[in-house]
Amino acid sequence: MKLHVDWTACEGRGTCVELLPEVLTEDPWGYPMPRDGSREPSVPPDVEPYARRAVEYCPRLALRLVPSAS
Amino acid sequence: MTTTTFAPGPLLATRTPDLAEHVRRTGPLPWQGPGGRLIGLLEQAGLTGRGGAGFPTWRKLAAVAIGVRPVVIGNGAEGEPASAKDRTLLSRSPHLVLDGLQLAAEAVGAADCYLYVSGTLTDHVRRAIAERAGRDRFAVTVVDAPDTFVAGEESAVIARIAGRKPLPTDKTQLVVHSGLRGRPTLVQNVETLAHIAVIAQRGPAAFRRSGTEAEPGSFLATLGGAIAAPGVYEAPHGIRVGNLLALAGGQAAPLSAVLVGGYHGAWLPIADALTTPMSRAGLAPFGATPGAGVVQALPTSYCGLAETARITGYLAGQSARQCGPCANGLPMMAQTLHRLAVGDRDRGLPDQVARLSALVVNRGACHHPDGTVRLVSSAMRVFAAEVDLHLAGRCSAVGGPR
Repeated sequence: MKLHVDWTACEGRGTCVELLPEVLTEDPWGYPMPRDGSREPSVPPDVEPYARRAVEYCPRLALRLVPSAS
Repeated sequence: MTTTTFAPGPLLATRTPDLAEHVRRTGPLPWQGPGGRLIGLLEQAGLTGRGGAGFPTWRKLAAVAIGVRPVVIGNGAEGEPASAKDRTLLSRSPHLVLDGLQLAAEAVGAADCYLYVSGTLTDHVRRAIAERAGRDRFAVTVVDAPDTFVAGEESAVIARIAGRKPLPTDKTQLVVHSGLRGRPTLVQNVETLAHIAVIAQRGPAAFRRSGTEAEPGSFLATLGGAIAAPGVYEAPHGIRVGNLLALAGGQAAPLSAVLVGGYHGAWLPIADALTTPMSRAGLAPFGATPGAGVVQALPTSYCGLAETARITGYLAGQSARQCGPCANGLPMMAQTLHRLAVGDRDRGLPDQVARLSALVVNRGACHHPDGTVRLVSSAMRVFAAEVDLHLAGRCSAVGGPR
């Protein structure tokens, strides 16, 4: 799976960066920064449960998991 | 826009914008019938979108045609300050665009049809539509486009027509599958529609007589900067940039660089620019594309860094401020470039530009940050010697802004 960020909804609350440090880091303004620099970073299968939690706990509902194929 | 002159070509050939003149030149509307005949012609022609992205037009039509109650939108929003081709085309040849809109609507079986144009053109376009009673089969709703940079972005167009603010939205589906109110939607630049009308009239072989094998056909170029006769010209894809500028009377002053593809485009150093073909293939080595056909000639009296700082400042101001990285990063990029342009000798500035570029790229609902980074990165490459001069407290521009 890949992680999709709705940047129009994201306000940089930081929950996802805490829950998903394998995939995300924080930029200087507090917004999530994909470590691989891609638009929709890949989520390795072993961290997928944490990614699901990040999606669920995002206070802005700005995250979703999308299939890698799309 | 200053003087506008026209090279011969089908798009701007009409002497007056009225229907009688259009019919005299092109005859009745060449309906293609239901069942994808037009889509086949467009595939043979190899027509690509003229709004900047260059996507094969037939594939978009084919994707929308299989949907339920499709929507067709002609996009004439032209927020790019350096571009004038869409409003020139709509002013000069509104009926060619409207013919293309009708033909696209027929091909996909559209249930609704819109034309999205600058507020300065809505009356002109409505008058043209009123003239066409009896010619058209699809009612066209005209919607005014605000003159902001991002208002022409596909999802912003749909938002505006749906009655919301004309701002880009988050994309999880392609609009050809789910666009206006969730319906399959074809958003097509007005120049692309005009080409559709010409192809339906004259056939794909005639279209392919200009341009290159891989990138057939002509395009509208907005030529500006230090050239004799700035304006909109129709030219074949693959024309060398020098020959393109010659259509506009050639250089009006010695040039140092050429900006290709508009404010989201890229700089080419003059040594390479004049012989480079105006095509995706020709421009790729410079990180550029023809975009929406904008070419701006920079005279040696202007500083490329100052010009890039000015454009970046404009683009930062045009951020919709919806996405954090763009809203925060673009103003900082503009400020950093401005410092470099005005002679701040902090040797860390180029690295700071690179660092900010990496922070904003790929991080937004639309490509506004990516386009800005493309421009800025090309400036840092093409004007690398100028950067060194500035850091040494000098500037190569003679008599220009510093």
